[in-house]
Amino acid sequence: MSWTCLLAFAGHSALDPAGPQAARIGDLWWLMFWVCSAVFLLVMAALAAGLVREEEPARRRMNRVVTGAVIATALILFVFLFASTGTGRALASLSSADPVSVEVTGHQWWWEVQYLDPVLAQRVTTANEIHIPVGRPIRIRTVSHDVIHSFWVPNLHGKHDLIPGYDGELWLQADRPGVYRGQCAEFCGHQHAHMAFLVVAESPARFAGWLAAQRQSASPPATPLAQRGHDLFVQLQCALCHTVQGTDANGRIGPDLTHLASRRTLAAGTLPNTPGHLAGWIVDSQTLKPSNPMPATSLGSNDLEALLAFLDGLK
Amino acid sequence: MRRLATGLCALALTFAALACEREERRFQTLPAKSARAQPVRLTTLQPGQSLPARSGHGPYDENAWAISEGERLFNQYNCSGCHFHGGGGIGPPLMDAKWIYGSDPQNIYDTIVEGRPNGMPSYGGHVPDDQIWKIEAYVRTLSGLAPKAAEPDRSDQMEARRSEQATSPAAPRGQKAEHPQ
Amino acid sequence: MSVAEVEDVGYAGENADAEERRRLERTWWSPKGLRGWLTDVDHKAIGKRYVGTALVFFALGGIEALLMRLQLARPEARLIGPDRYDQLFTVHGSTMMFLFAVPIMLGMGTYLVPLMIGTRNLAFPRLNAFSYWVYVAGGLLLYAGLFTNTGPDAGWFAYVPLSGPAFSPGKRVDIWAQMITFTEISSLAVAVNLITTIFKHRAPGMSLNRVPLFVWSQLVTSFMVVFAMPAVMLCSLMLALDRLVDTHFFNPSEGGDALLWQHLFWFFGHPEVYIIFIPALGMVSSIIAASTRREVFGYLPMVMSLVATGFIGFGLWVHHMFATGLPQLGASFFTAASLMIAIPSGTQIFCWLATLWGSRPRFTTPLLYVLGFFFVFVIGGLTGVMLGSVPLDLQVHDTFFVVAHFHYVLIGGAVFPLLGGLSFWLPKMTGRRLSERLGRLSFWLVFVGFNVTFFPMHQLGLQGMPRRVYTYLPETGWGDLNLLATIGAGILGLGVLVFVVNALQSLRHGEMAGDDPWGADTLEWSTSSPPPSYNFLRLPTVAGRYALWSRRDDQPEVTGLRSDRREMLVTNLLDAEPDHRDVLPGPTIWPFILACGVAMTFIYAIFNPWGFVVGAVPCAVALIAWFWPRGDMDRDVIMEKRS
Repeated sequence: MSWTCLLAFAGHSALDPAGPQAARIGDLWWLMFWVCSAVFLLVMAALAAGLVREEEPARRRMNRVVTGAVIATALILFVFLFASTGTGRALASLSSADPVSVEVTGHQWWWEVQYLDPVLAQRVTTANEIHIPVGRPIRIRTVSHDVIHSFWVPNLHGKHDLIPGYDGELWLQADRPGVYRGQCAEFCGHQHAHMAFLVVAESPARFAGWLAAQRQSASPPATPLAQRGHDLFVQLQCALCHTVQGTDANGRIGPDLTHLASRRTLAAGTLPNTPGHLAGWIVDSQTLKPSNPMPATSLGSNDLEALLAFLDGLK
Repeated sequence: MRRLATGLCALALTFAALACEREERRFQTLPAKSARAQPVRLTTLQPGQSLPARSGHGPYDENAWAISEGERLFNQYNCSGCHFHGGGGIGPPLMDAKWIYGSDPQNIYDTIVEGRPNGMPSYGGHVPDDQIWKIEAYVRTLSGLAPKAAEPDRSDQMEARRSEQATSPAAPRGQKAEHPQ
Repeated sequence: MSVAEVEDVGYAGENADAEERRRLERTWWSPKGLRGWLTDVDHKAIGKRYVGTALVFFALGGIEALLMRLQLARPEARLIGPDRYDQLFTVHGSTMMFLFAVPIMLGMGTYLVPLMIGTRNLAFPRLNAFSYWVYVAGGLLLYAGLFTNTGPDAGWFAYVPLSGPAFSPGKRVDIWAQMITFTEISSLAVAVNLITTIFKHRAPGMSLNRVPLFVWSQLVTSFMVVFAMPAVMLCSLMLALDRLVDTHFFNPSEGGDALLWQHLFWFFGHPEVYIIFIPALGMVSSIIAASTRREVFGYLPMVMSLVATGFIGFGLWVHHMFATGLPQLGASFFTAASLMIAIPSGTQIFCWLATLWGSRPRFTTPLLYVLGFFFVFVIGGLTGVMLGSVPLDLQVHDTFFVVAHFHYVLIGGAVFPLLGGLSFWLPKMTGRRLSERLGRLSFWLVFVGFNVTFFPMHQLGLQGMPRRVYTYLPETGWGDLNLLATIGAGILGLGVLVFVVNALQSLRHGEMAGDDPWGADTLEWSTSSPPPSYNFLRLPTVAGRYALWSRRDDQPEVTGLRSDRREMLVTNLLDAEPDHRDVLPGPTIWPFILACGVAMTFIYAIFNPWGFVVGAVPCAVALIAWFWPRGDMDRDVIMEKRS
């Protein structure tokens, strides 16, 4: 099925690092994994040997062995402590004078993404998809106004909680192009399971192109059908919650739809962005993602077709 | 064994009976238009023989989850822009006992759908029916018309301010913090 | 003041013994039937009820776990919706922590501690009855909530703002917060009771350096309860106030602090893990000593490790909060503390290994469970070390890796020893042995089922599967391992079922156990199985760490306690030298009535703050009746003290 592949190529694993920070954590993981595995095997071997053994050991010898084992434990822990602190410092050292600044706001249950720019008109707002240039540090400001969410792209970095009242900051960098899946990692209500997003790492040139395209207002409806869809969108309930730059729709409750058609997924990484899924989502979002804030609509099939034509034009 | 089974059945029935409307969470929304059988009267004056008073229940009047959804929508759709958090300002207060256009669920629904003279806009066709019923349920709690146990408590949903304990996020190394306002 | 006289047992005539027995039975009698249920203050009856009730909650929590596993077996399954699933995982966690693990550990202590230290009851028998009833009320409240679709659904950790008034409408979270209050009152009361009993009622000769390791573990746990539980009582009270009377403790928009909840909660929540698992360490020591018939290697390091765990356990709560963005230095401190706690745990493991080394132990069911404990707990401990590291924790925090980790620690560290401990002590409680065949079968089912369920979860977590999701997309590729885990959960459930069948069967068909079926060392094995209501005909004295192994032929026994009223010997704290006598109250209904009053107060307060005012009336009445002076008894003691 085509839509399966659409989401499937997104990486989503802590063991497949695509950025310097995930790589450092990966190294730490493998260090700890091998040492801990060795310790486990040694302890189990000692247990087995002790059970098989028939003669009583000399008390003094046992004292020495146990003391030695405790000292060895402490030494291993010291190694871990240093490795961990070193990794922590390395994670914090990523910075740049010229980062891409992004503000990510967690909502129940989707991600609002805003590319910050000193010039207000240059800002770009999108949702559930973060494009980043490869090899350049990204500064992510994290904000939440409802409950605690946690921003997590396993291939790039560990988690960072979005706590209401605490604005946070996180630095990321991707070293190779690819699409990496991220997901909310702090329980945030009924649809915590369906609160994902994609990080699209691409070459700086492509990123610049994408950003420039996103800065444009929505292209005007190209066909009469799309024009009717536009009218429906603005007149009906859609515009109360959604913004489409360049039209009268400027609701701030739901995701910004100015460039909806350029995104890969719908409903926070839940569905691939195809007209069929979009139609299903508009008509009956509660079956696909129960309790999400998007209400059902009762559009006739003609109206729905017009609306889809309009939305499809929002490249 | 039979006695045990009977006991368990009785217990299950009791629980089923107790399972209250307050805690239900119905995510599937109502059918688009809930038909209105008969207009709700705003006055007791009637010509001729008086007909029995009708007061329709809203579908969500006792449902805590729907009421809290209504509270969210009340703020997000900017009802609070005129009515504030019930105290009124540009629009009339909603937390007192005075109802210009009636306090029955159907009255409040009509007020939202059809609008009222002197400034209350009509939201019919813009806000889906289901959400209007939720807002209606919330509005009734403002003046204590809903069951107390289902009422929402204070709201967290104002713009979150930074906590007093919150330390400022470290300024990005290598440059001054930018405040692109 | 009368110091207990010491008399050689050999000279006591048979007839005198029988007469003494009759009198003790008359004095320490428990009423039968429903009245007995409501009024009994015997620590053995209450301990058994604790264990039984906690096992019922264990079964309920297990059923919830199985339902969740069924839902997660396939991606995008539609068996259980998000609303129901959130209630299930919240109630599962709350049940296992508050209604199963802590009560059953303290319940085992309630039953065993007086027997192990050679006394007749706990220091405060009525308080003991009260704490049981309060615990039952808390459990009933939570499950009444779940069955009426009012089950809490904000997670067992109930993070604000999600659990706050704006995002958890209805009464679901209030029920959770009050359930916490009930179980905390109950645990605190048991802890105070155990501490006092262990400090003041030990058999003469059982100086602190001769206290059995199990009793040490109960003592450390009780102290941890006393210091940890107030934190969660405080924060659950603040949450209840936020929800009920609109305070702003956790409301960020009014200067409240969402992180404050996490600090308070985990300041309790992390020690909670050790509260659950330290008593289990005591069970492991008992079982190993009995199976090898050896003294546990390194008594002093073992005790020091328990105490050290108790202290360090309070210093690492922040490792649950690494992802909230802590300053580097603070995080490093908590990393160091989290790693440090591996040292006392490791020390104990090594000491047990040294005890087992070349001992040719008897491979009975209890020992099998202890060996299973080694396997599982060592894995859990090692992944715990990984989680203590901030960078690694950032990746695996709140994923299935953590789910795997804490089930390895809690099931491995507490449930395996507990099942071993139940196999070990049930013969003492019921007088009949369990079937070894079924015991082995249940062990292998539990062991295999457990590992099949939880080992794949490590991998799932590293592949990015977050916790507390009610479903997941097929493209994530998590389906196969989840299916495997569900199959394992079925095997695990079957194993527990076999264990229960075995225990029930033993009640009727079990071989008679005799006083000491294992050749173990502690005092409970010196009395009959099940023990009489007064525990010991004459209170024993102790000549060494391993009371029964070090018993001499002419070991003295305590005499001089009156048998026509409930007298207990009080000894001093360090050396357990006889100090004076204390008279305990007999069966009474008032603890039950007070518990009902407390339950009424808290449940009413969920709906209306006036509940506290109204509920104060029955509570006050019950308390007055409870503490109504029983003149003659108190006067007697005073008179004796003067003379």
